[in-house]
Amino acid sequence: MAEEHYPEDLKYHPEHDWARVEGDAATLGITWFAQDALGEIVFFEPPAVGTQLIKDSAYAEVESVKAVSEVIAPLSGEVIEANGALGDAPETINDDPYGEGWMVKIKLADPGEADGLLDVTAYRQHLEEGV
Amino acid sequence: MNPDAQKVTGAHVTETPMQAERATTIFEKSHPGRRAAALPALDVPDRDVSELLPAGAARARGPRMPEIAEPEIVRHYNRLSRRNFDLDSGFYPLGSCTMKHNPKLHERAAALPGFSRLHPLQPAERAQGALELMWNLERSLSEICGLPHVCLQPSAGSHGELSGLLLTKAYHEDRGEHRTKVLAPDTSHGTNPASVTMAGYETVKVATNERGGVDIDDLRAKADDSVACLMLTNPNTLGLFDENIEEIASIMHGVGATLYYDGANLNAVMGVSRPGDMGFDIVHVNLHKSFTQPHGGGGPGSGPIAVSDRIAPYLPVPRIAQKDGRFELNTDEPKSIGRMRGFQGNFGVFVRSYAYICSLGAEGLKAASETAVLNANYMLAKGREGRVGKYLPVEFDRTCKHEYVLSAAPAKKELNVKALDIAKRLLDFGYHPPTIYFPLLVDEAMMIEPTETETVETLDGFIEALDKILEEAERDPEFVQNAPYTTPVRRLDEAAAARNPVVTQDLDALA
Amino acid sequence: MLDAIGVGSVDDLFNDVPDGVRLQGPLKLPAGKTEDEVYTHLAELAGKNVHADSEISFLGAGMYDHYQPAIVDSILSRSEFLTPYTPYQPEVSQGGLQVMFEYQTAIAELTGMDVSNASVYEGPSAMAAAAYLAKLETGRSRFVVSAAVNPQYRATLKTNAYGYGSSVIEVPAAEGLTDPATLAAAIDDDTAAVFLQNPNFFGAVEDLAALVEAAHAKGALVVCVADPLTLGILAPPGDFGVDICVGEGQTLGNRLDFGGPSFGFFAATQKLIRRMPGRIAGETTDADGRRGWVLTLQTREQHIRREKATSNICTSQALNALAGMIYLSWLGRAGIVEIGELMIKRTAYARETLAAVEGVELLFDAPVVREFAIKLDAPVQTVLDQLALDGINGGYPLGTDYPEHEHGLLVAITERRSRAQIDLLAERLGAAVAAARETVGAEA
Repeated sequence: MAEEHYPEDLKYHPEHDWARVEGDAATLGITWFAQDALGEIVFFEPPAVGTQLIKDSAYAEVESVKAVSEVIAPLSGEVIEANGALGDAPETINDDPYGEGWMVKIKLADPGEADGLLDVTAYRQHLEEGV
Repeated sequence: MNPDAQKVTGAHVTETPMQAERATTIFEKSHPGRRAAALPALDVPDRDVSELLPAGAARARGPRMPEIAEPEIVRHYNRLSRRNFDLDSGFYPLGSCTMKHNPKLHERAAALPGFSRLHPLQPAERAQGALELMWNLERSLSEICGLPHVCLQPSAGSHGELSGLLLTKAYHEDRGEHRTKVLAPDTSHGTNPASVTMAGYETVKVATNERGGVDIDDLRAKADDSVACLMLTNPNTLGLFDENIEEIASIMHGVGATLYYDGANLNAVMGVSRPGDMGFDIVHVNLHKSFTQPHGGGGPGSGPIAVSDRIAPYLPVPRIAQKDGRFELNTDEPKSIGRMRGFQGNFGVFVRSYAYICSLGAEGLKAASETAVLNANYMLAKGREGRVGKYLPVEFDRTCKHEYVLSAAPAKKELNVKALDIAKRLLDFGYHPPTIYFPLLVDEAMMIEPTETETVETLDGFIEALDKILEEAERDPEFVQNAPYTTPVRRLDEAAAARNPVVTQDLDALA
Repeated sequence: MLDAIGVGSVDDLFNDVPDGVRLQGPLKLPAGKTEDEVYTHLAELAGKNVHADSEISFLGAGMYDHYQPAIVDSILSRSEFLTPYTPYQPEVSQGGLQVMFEYQTAIAELTGMDVSNASVYEGPSAMAAAAYLAKLETGRSRFVVSAAVNPQYRATLKTNAYGYGSSVIEVPAAEGLTDPATLAAAIDDDTAAVFLQNPNFFGAVEDLAALVEAAHAKGALVVCVADPLTLGILAPPGDFGVDICVGEGQTLGNRLDFGGPSFGFFAATQKLIRRMPGRIAGETTDADGRRGWVLTLQTREQHIRREKATSNICTSQALNALAGMIYLSWLGRAGIVEIGELMIKRTAYARETLAAVEGVELLFDAPVVREFAIKLDAPVQTVLDQLALDGINGGYPLGTDYPEHEHGLLVAITERRSRAQIDLLAERLGAAVAAARETVGAEA
């Protein structure tokens, strides 16, 4: 498992999801906190390319041995790439939540939505408030 | 206390003989040409099987069942049996499961050929003894539940739940009402919401109050005419009797909903308080809990339901009826929801539970519940002291019923030892651990149900073992985190099993 | 103990039970009895039943009089198998978990499916569980079932489907078989699954290849009910591409028990494994690398996924599945084929012998394995009552479920029914039919 960390360059959703915004596209995943709470991840099936994600709604499920958690879309948009490698190696989400453990890339429906997400300081504060 | 547990304490861990024995499946023990069964000789004209079947219907290659002689089958399964912990060998305080003694008489009675060799479609006039037994069991459960009608058909508790919800649906629809929601407390067993979905309803959670009961204000806010039913168990999954039960019933009946009683915890109140008298319309009874059907390592069970007059017309068929001293099976019930399964239910379980009720009688059943409650409260009291009280405090500290729930949250925080670790270490001491991580409401939950068939020495021994484990954890948390040490295998990699499921043996690889 | 708790009496422990809901007075049940008294009472009740050892039984229709070898009872009576709960602590449940794994292997091999769970309640509810899976998998809501599927299976499916609002369409089975074209016509874009039984309720062998093709052509899953003891000689449902294979496990070493407990088996394609109901054992290793088993894929189940679970099942039939596994080991690779061959040859003999009896004809001509339907030229119940007086249970009256077959009788053959018993049935059946015709004639 990775050490606890929250990269500075990401945007965060209070439901423990992150977004790396690059122009009109974004890469999405779950935070260190989320994967730690779940424990050893055993199954993740990404949505198909072309799926429309809606901000604040679940777009996939991630499973550990004894828990299932919905993965919430921090931003809206269409899936343009899904991390198929997680099918065979879902533990990558534990090992490298912000790198190889990314889940989908989307074409943003409204790049302005990202302004509503938390920055790392705000997300850390959110965690400290114990949510 | 298990001497092996002492041996490994603080010392190096040595492999036990059973651990050294590598698990081998019966398919791996198979050897071409070996066999056990001898079948009757062919006594009719021989035919070519392929001529008796349509083209393409015959099997090309016979299924690869094990090839093994009887002595080796017996040894294989006897050896496997030793890799199980069981109720006849030790204390099994598995909360919510009511692991009480299974009297041996019951097995003998169930094996009587008049029961075990009776075909389920035998016409009623030639199955009078079986029907009489079922009738008597129905009447007994009716009296115990305080509800006039009983159907024995459902196969287990969750099957009874689904039956009860379908009855609720039929009841409302018959009145021209289409209700969509079922309320269940946030402490409820997972089968409740799963059954609700299968019955086409939506689950709405009701909050728990500071006494561990239903939050009446929250219930009032959620109870309206879209609610079909409230599912409840009383005592609830925290082992606490809800003192507001009359008010709860009145709220639900006020909005026209039915009240469903999950009988998982009936063992606390037999002969003391009856679900029917509490206002419930539908009850399921787990015969494999309160009424001693041995659990068989995961079944069989049986989940009869008892219902009020207004629900009775919808009960599953067939229904047993008594007419002029004779028993019959009726299928002609126009409002019935139909069938939940084949035949009449798990009759073999009925034999055992009926034998139990006959043995105990009215006074004995009440004494069983009283003793179950006494035992639980005794353990609760003993555990208030010392390390157990410090690291494993009870979540809702009041008189419990047949079980109670501790929280290992302080142990996790202060000793870095979780409920799971304590459970695993208990295995080394020769105990089956309590139910852990349920109910979900309690952080690091450990749910303890001693039942009435345990001695005070056993209860004391278990509390001492918990204390000992916490002492170990104070000294060396890692030691407890790595338990168990003396079991047939040590902690298993469940994540690997789930990531890459191997659920059948690859027989091609054995060939 | 009361001192330790700090109360004066056991009654004090129930102070939180309001008076209004307290039982006043004792339960109205008889007083307790001694072990001897209880046994005597139960033996008396058992003695009132006419069971399979006290008559020659040709009764089947879902459960069958097969021989249960002594090792089954012997092993099942071990406390270590009889008295544990579900294996929540795998380190002390390796015996039970390994049995589940062996059982899953045997069922997958028998049915020709990729995967099996560790058992469900029994046959009919297994088919209903398959329907729920099909609904979740396809997102469709209709079910199409052949009328040649056991009536109790169909009834159970309808009751379950009522809950979640699915409709069940029945396709008639003319000539005792399901017709692929008729089946195809009943399937539409909203059909989640098609339900077949092979051999079907009338004992006849269906054209599974054509039926599966008809269903798959319209995107419906196929659920096939199978009789495991016929799978030594019948091509397994998996070979025909069925998606889910379920059935009743009683014939595999379990008691008749007036209908239960037995077990239901549930096997499916690999694609459907994450939607399977019930427990599944999976292989893994322990902290020191030893081989072991655990309950796996638990996120499917009610205790984790709750309202979104693939099923509500919790307790299943572990002990009965163990009986099944012991039985299959006893029968072995040769025995499973031999028993199938013995049944089909004796059934062929019985069919020809009974068809030659005056007043008896075959109801259908389709090939059968272990059960077949005949038509009597006399009231069926009258004939059965007469046979009962002769110590013979003649079979199951088809008119109970199929009014159009009021004169139909379903006759089952097992390895326990000898040629001499079949000959006796033919003789007495002839006499009973003749007598019943005379009575009817006299009344007319």
